[in-house]
Amino acid sequence: MSTNKRNFVESLWDFFCSLKLSISLLIGLALTSIIGTVVPQGSIPPEYLQTISESKFKLYQSLSFFDMYHSWWFMLLLYLLTVNLVSCSIKRLPRVWKMVFEPQLVMDEGLEKSLSLTHEFKISGDAVTKLKDFLASAVATPVVTETDGSTHLFAQKTPWCRLGVYVVHLSIIIIFIGALIGSFFGYKAMVNIPEGMAVDTVYAPGDKAIKLDFAVKLEKFSVSYYNTGAPKEFKSILTLIENGQPVKGYEKVPVIVNDPLSYKGITFYQSSYGQSGEGSLYHFNVSRRGGSGGAQLDLKKGEQVTLNGGATLEVLEATQDVRQFMPEFSGPAAKVLLKMPGKAPASFIVFKNHPEIEEQRKGELVLEYAGADEKLYTGLQVAKDPGVWIVWLGCALMTIGIYMAFFLSHNRVWIRISNGRVVMGGTASKNPAAFESKFEALVEKVKALK
Amino acid sequence: MNATLFYVTFALYMSATAAYLVYLAKPSESLGKYARCLLASGFVVHIVFTIHRYVVAGHTPITNLHESLSFFSMAVVGVFIFIERRFKIPVLGSFVTPVALALMGVSSLFPSAFAPLNPALKSKWLVFHTVVAFLGYASFAVAFGAAIIYLMQERFLKKKKLGGLFQRLPSLNTLDEINYRCLTFGFPLLTVAIISGAIWAETAWGTYWSWDPKETWSLITWFVYAALLHGRLTTGWRGKKAAILAIIGFFVMLFTFLGVNLLMTGLHSYK
Repeated sequence: MSTNKRNFVESLWDFFCSLKLSISLLIGLALTSIIGTVVPQGSIPPEYLQTISESKFKLYQSLSFFDMYHSWWFMLLLYLLTVNLVSCSIKRLPRVWKMVFEPQLVMDEGLEKSLSLTHEFKISGDAVTKLKDFLASAVATPVVTETDGSTHLFAQKTPWCRLGVYVVHLSIIIIFIGALIGSFFGYKAMVNIPEGMAVDTVYAPGDKAIKLDFAVKLEKFSVSYYNTGAPKEFKSILTLIENGQPVKGYEKVPVIVNDPLSYKGITFYQSSYGQSGEGSLYHFNVSRRGGSGGAQLDLKKGEQVTLNGGATLEVLEATQDVRQFMPEFSGPAAKVLLKMPGKAPASFIVFKNHPEIEEQRKGELVLEYAGADEKLYTGLQVAKDPGVWIVWLGCALMTIGIYMAFFLSHNRVWIRISNGRVVMGGTASKNPAAFESKFEALVEKVKALK
Repeated sequence: MNATLFYVTFALYMSATAAYLVYLAKPSESLGKYARCLLASGFVVHIVFTIHRYVVAGHTPITNLHESLSFFSMAVVGVFIFIERRFKIPVLGSFVTPVALALMGVSSLFPSAFAPLNPALKSKWLVFHTVVAFLGYASFAVAFGAAIIYLMQERFLKKKKLGGLFQRLPSLNTLDEINYRCLTFGFPLLTVAIISGAIWAETAWGTYWSWDPKETWSLITWFVYAALLHGRLTTGWRGKKAAILAIIGFFVMLFTFLGVNLLMTGLHSYK
């Protein structure tokens, strides 16, 4: 019974230590990740039902395909990968650690046979001193070991680069920890702020309101354009307000794409913008057909204003440039609803640059549109992620580990001297071809020593 | 001026490719040298073209498909020249230069007009992130070339067709070595490209990872090459299996670069 148990634990351990599992998990993660790039993630059910049948929808939903990167099975794959790389590291690290910190100082027969690069030759005079100095200048200060009648020298370069693989493995775990901290203690939210307004509540997906300890006021929003009409820069000027006072150093801060604003661990990113109906004023001039002068009117959106004579006027929608909707016209335009007493209400468009259209309407009243003081709103992405610095730590470690693992080599050279006979052997952890020519050059230099 | 430089590069690459293909059929030392000179001069003109475009546009010319395909081609030629100097096997050029030429050909199909920079791309990370990514892509492209020759050689050996072409192509060992060397450049570069992309995404979009199709596909590429690297630690995965996986990896990478831009919508779909 107990041996069975041991066998089970052992085979479980072997399973998690196996390279086959690592490769299968990596391929599995690669294949399953494709799903989320084909099936749109995080849309609402009606959108899916437009493109796929209901039975397919139910199947996909039960498999969490609509949010697959947070599904239980994708997480399971990531956890398995973590357990796998921890087990592999635990299993292999002690041997590598020993190689790095307790190197084999003596080239015995067994080691000599295992090396593909060995040379044997004679050297005259005080071979030990000569070779010691040579190794110190050509490789590294050698360790000298005396055994019965022989002197052994050992020199090595960058032994610690062998730990690079484990640094990379550790970095992956650190990145996962950072990501978990971010998902438990952080959030991603959005907020729209009209010009001149301040808000202290932002909205996470699902319209979950999150109240901040301070308020964000949008002083001004501006868009600049290239000559071609393509947008060049979106800029929000923000002021943070805490306890009714502007926060020092956070007054009128410009926030543009790629240059966010951070305060108390919460970061605001320029994300979108639009026209805010709130607070905008639309200017009209209304006169009677044939009459002169007329009355100036300032309307707010959705507000019904009664004119002299009992007619009512309301602005339904307006734009600063009508070209995007009606390419044949240009300039500001407003869609209005006009109710003349005793007649059916009429809705039509008044163009600032095209008064002739209003003429053609042949209405009793003639409207002129003089444009609007329209306010913009800014759309800010709001994020709090206390794990992000742990993720960056992991990324830095990964870069260092990858450099160690791919670009540094652990080179070792042994020399055994007995009775003027010298045997030299060497090996490298990486790029054996490059090391071979290095080693041959070293041997030539040693032979030339006088 | 800019278009002229482009077509001079194109013409030089075309003649270099022709020379390398003749070399494949009838190798001689002088022809190898000639092909290398043509390719190297094409590379120099290509660099001048890229710098000129940089100066005129005022930003790294890598922000639309015309520019990025041309940049990819330049990186492939650069990495090939580097590898060729190390391994001294001109015949690899017969398989890599057609790839570079094809990339230039596809690049010429896209509009070459200078477009002003989209606000999202205005960042100091643009140069670093894209250049590192393309050098990584180029290493994988050269590995792809070596893997194709590997499979050809393997077939010749199996069918015992040890004739002329077999003699002219590098040995299986050399090819496997090139494949591995390219991987040891490509993988670190891809890793650094993904990390720098994450840092950029954090400053631009407020999240270092959002499972955007480009991000996901670059991670898929990373998984595939990580699997290949770990596979090579076990003896059975060297040689043929490694060559096949390098070919698969190349196509996955190509999809990450082009497929995502052309077929999917997301934060990265700059066309």
